[in-house]
Amino acid sequence: MNVKTVYDSGTLTALLSGDIDHHSARKMRRIIDGDIEICRPEKLILDFRRVQFMDSSGIGLIMGRYRLMSLCGGSVDIVNIPQPLERIVKLSGITTLMKV
Amino acid sequence: MDFLNEMTLSFSSKSMNENFARAAVSAFVLPLDPTINELADIKTAVSEAVTNAIIHGYEYGDGIITVCAKICPGGKVVIKVKDKGKGIEDVKQALEPLFTTVGGERAGLGFAVMQSFMDSLKVKSRPGSGTVVTMEKFIIRRSRTDSCTAPQKDEVIPNDKA
Ligand SMILES: Nc1ncnc2c1ncn2[C@@H]1O[C@H](COP(=O)(O)OP(=O)(O)O)[C@@H](O)[C@H]1O
Ligand SMILES: [Mg+2]
Repeated sequence: MNVKTVYDSGTLTALLSGDIDHHSARKMRRIIDGDIEICRPEKLILDFRRVQFMDSSGIGLIMGRYRLMSLCGGSVDIVNIPQPLERIVKLSGITTLMKV
Repeated sequence: MDFLNEMTLSFSSKSMNENFARAAVSAFVLPLDPTINELADIKTAVSEAVTNAIIHGYEYGDGIITVCAKICPGGKVVIKVKDKGKGIEDVKQALEPLFTTVGGERAGLGFAVMQSFMDSLKVKSRPGSGTVVTMEKFIIRRSRTDSCTAPQKDEVIPNDKA
């Protein structure tokens, strides 16, 4: 699977891998949201270290999880953005909303 | 003839083909010896245009998407993504960053990404008959450069650390 999640004391970490496009983002969203529902974390960490490609559907995925976590006062951290993905992250402006 | 190579690809409007389309275009431009970043830019732009055809043009329904790519003299790559879907009422508005007609998980950044990652973007659309997105990008000559050209920054061989 292209998402692996680990829950530990209030923090849910999702390790994403492969390509994130509209096709794969839908599946990733289902897994992450399912685990948020079960674990009710205070913080969600999205780990991009194994992501090879991402288009604006990835930005949608991040923003959607940010909105979901914000509903119950939680936060989202984006970690390990690979160099080729930095441009799209910068262009999206998400760096002003959450820790990257 | 004003092009050195060209290809045309037609495929079903299915989201699994987003990956196929960008992989195919990426393989097609590879002989130009693009940098990793140039290749990532092209793949991202193709992915955006094809995704738009699937979710906006055909609204997840059946349809055919055509991708044409041309390599022109001087390292110019021209990519066209066409659909015969519902078309765009107001192209100028659609091109604005953050504008989207579907809420939810769409970021409204597709055209902004195509615009900033490619050297040019043109959108031709007619409501009811479809959309053609044309993008151009110059792949900077590197391995094919003549000897008088200075090396690119990432090609400079670092000095030995004594
Ligand atoms: N091929 C297309 N056919 C019809 N409408 C399109 C097409 N491509 C884009 N659009 C319209 O332009 C808007 C902006 O597109 P884009 O910038 O990619 O953002 P997003 O896909 O996130 O909505 C879309 O919401 C849609 O209304
Ligand atoms: Mg889009």
